Amino acid sequence: MNKLKIRHRLAKDKLMLWSICLLAALTAVPLLAILGEVLLRGYDQLSWSFFTEPTPTAYKVTKAIEAGEPIPGGIANGIVGTMIMLGMAVMVAVPLGILCGAFLAENGKNRFAQFVSYLTDLLQGTPSVIIGIITYIWVVVPMKGYSAIAGSVALCIMMLPLIIRSTEETLKILPASLKEAGLALGGNNARVMMKVQLPAAFGGIFTGVLLAVSRVIGETAPLMFTALGCSFVRFAVDKPISAVPLLIWEFFNDPNLQELIWGASLFLLLFVLTLNLLSKYLAKKWNQ
Amino acid sequence: MNDKLYRIILFVAALAMPIVCGGVVYALVTDAYDAFEHFGFLNFITSSEWSYTEGAEQYGALPFITGTLMTTMLALLFCIPFSLPVALFVGEYFKGTKIASVLSTVTDLLAGIPSIIYGLWGFYTLRPIIMALNISPQGSGVLTASLVLAIMIVPYAASLSAEFIKMVPNDLKEGAYSLGATRAEVVRKVIFPVAGSGIFSSYVLAIGRALGETMTVTMLIGNTNNIPDSITSTGNSMASIIANQFGEADDLRLSSLIAIGLILFLITALINMVGKIMIKHARIA
Amino acid sequence: MESVKPILEFKNTCVSYTKQTMAVKYVSAAIERNTITAIMGPSGCGKSTLLRAVNLMHNLYPNIRVDGEILLNGENILAMEPIDVRRRVGMVFQRPAPFPTMSIYDNVLSGFVLNGIKLSKAEKDATVERCLRSVALWDEVKDVLNKKGTFLSGGQQQRLCIARALAMKPDVLLMDEPTSALDPIATKHIEELLLELQKGVTILIVTHNMGQARRISSKSMFMYLGELVEYGDTETMFTNPIDERTKSYLTGKMG
Repeated sequence: MNKLKIRHRLAKDKLMLWSICLLAALTAVPLLAILGEVLLRGYDQLSWSFFTEPTPTAYKVTKAIEAGEPIPGGIANGIVGTMIMLGMAVMVAVPLGILCGAFLAENGKNRFAQFVSYLTDLLQGTPSVIIGIITYIWVVVPMKGYSAIAGSVALCIMMLPLIIRSTEETLKILPASLKEAGLALGGNNARVMMKVQLPAAFGGIFTGVLLAVSRVIGETAPLMFTALGCSFVRFAVDKPISAVPLLIWEFFNDPNLQELIWGASLFLLLFVLTLNLLSKYLAKKWNQ
Repeated sequence: MNDKLYRIILFVAALAMPIVCGGVVYALVTDAYDAFEHFGFLNFITSSEWSYTEGAEQYGALPFITGTLMTTMLALLFCIPFSLPVALFVGEYFKGTKIASVLSTVTDLLAGIPSIIYGLWGFYTLRPIIMALNISPQGSGVLTASLVLAIMIVPYAASLSAEFIKMVPNDLKEGAYSLGATRAEVVRKVIFPVAGSGIFSSYVLAIGRALGETMTVTMLIGNTNNIPDSITSTGNSMASIIANQFGEADDLRLSSLIAIGLILFLITALINMVGKIMIKHARIA
Repeated sequence: MESVKPILEFKNTCVSYTKQTMAVKYVSAAIERNTITAIMGPSGCGKSTLLRAVNLMHNLYPNIRVDGEILLNGENILAMEPIDVRRRVGMVFQRPAPFPTMSIYDNVLSGFVLNGIKLSKAEKDATVERCLRSVALWDEVKDVLNKKGTFLSGGQQQRLCIARALAMKPDVLLMDEPTSALDPIATKHIEELLLELQKGVTILIVTHNMGQARRISSKSMFMYLGELVEYGDTETMFTNPIDERTKSYLTGKMG
């Protein structure tokens, strides 16, 4: 074997290693660029009033622009709306998702369970804009108006498959001996699930819920046709309501309000990424 | 609680899935029916006219189907040169090391960024660059949307491919090394062929993601209802036309938008199903 | 006593997985050309570790250190390029692992493919036939060369892996318990094969099977706790071991 050929192959090997490192490192660039841009442009907008005041009215905005002052107001209406809709969605999606996940974990092999499992995949892959259309048809049309309820139904449908999957997977990786020990002590399936399996799976399910929340909290498209938006803080569930991502969309489309985009985005981004990191951290910690 | 009641409760909860999914299909089909009946299914998907002049309304989905396919395929093309190295980095070269877990955290975070923020970044950072490079005068268009879309699907393709790369048995790799192969040769001639079907299926699922991505595309594609004649021109995807016009539409236009939604739903469902089946086969093999 | 130049020589070879523990301690031994040398010892004694060192397999794992010298035809392989060494030293592993995506034909040629060596169709055919004949597999598979290698039985797969290693015309063939995953009949075939092969290649075989060592090897090493306890003619070692530890292992008092 001639030395030249070996050197050539080793050079190729090195080249491959370095291009992999380089290209992999480049993947971090968009993350840093997005974080950097949102941070730099958004941090000086964050103030107490940004979180306590609702979106400014067109009148206030024009007056502020005429006077050369910064745009007043904040995103309180969006934060309240997001919390209300998320709260309602979580209250339905979490228990339903856990029960459904438990069903899949207990009946994994039978036909119906496989069908349900397939539908869970189907729903998880469904584009969020279609969830928006569906909720519009199901809720907005019969209720004759946009509402917080409609928005929360959309979020709930989106969270459901995520919670089902994380519950099912956590329950499945529990050692079988746990269930057997429970049954051997005379518990029936229901008791063992309630008192032994679900508590043991708590960590996995909890991080699953956190991840599901972080997934849907930034969703914009399904809320556009369901919650619509609202320019003041509102607690009614049968009326249109705002949400943080909806506000970002409004600010994006309104040339007068563009100053507010970055503060709202920074808030949303930090919230989502923190939830994300937190769930990853907790998953790691509880796995040990 | 006795066992029977417990089983019934679980069963009823599980019924939620068929009910929701059945409801999705039922609602989409009944509300899209008007449009299909008025224009005919074939005509609807092959017509490129989208005009809402009263009395002469004409809606066709072809521009948006084309827009969706173009953005998705371009995004896939841009995504591969980054997701494959990430997958090899995490799944083979630095498998199990700290630096690999840092990189997977980075990609996890990328996957967590809301799509509206990707849209903002694309609009305020990428679009000016595209304009400065004289690629297209208005900056937005299929290319801009695809570039951001590519970044969004890198995490999905990379993490799943990495899983399959990790699963290549050590026996095979050592066997190849013992015959004098370099690492690059082991990757090309052993890891890729063995993990190939799994890697391929992870790209199928990434396509499934890209097809339905709404806000990013809506903010970057330029929103014109024509068939894009090049990758730099503007257009609309199925998801973006819905996001743009759903709120103001009624009657026939609403039904047409829902019909587009139904088509999008069916395409994504098909792609996802194919991807899942392929993954199952790749895992068994 | 006349001295033949050894093909392979260990000189104070050490292998360590961590800073504190050494898996192989200062092994020195010279292996003669065209012999079969068996390495025996209880599990965990470092016999596989020593064998893998010859093929520089330890280079694949950054935390493993190999010290001392290993001379191949008088050249220290620890200072050579791994891919160069591995071409001249073939290896057969415990579990047969033909490449699942390649046909039987391509498996035999996989060394060339992996090394980026182009062969003509005639050269390929000749190599495949020569190697498969030398592992006595040709008659069994000559009509199914395009089937996947994984389609064969365990014993056939292992012979295919030996053929794959032989295709590169190595000076030394390392075998890490090549029959431990096989049934007795397949094992017998492989043993007969090795006796045939030693005419052309020097074989170093790790085995936990004392009967096998006695049947096929002319020289034997006995390792214990990382040390080379005894090295000599197989027959002498089995009939008249020098060291107490060798004796108790060979008589089954040590597992």
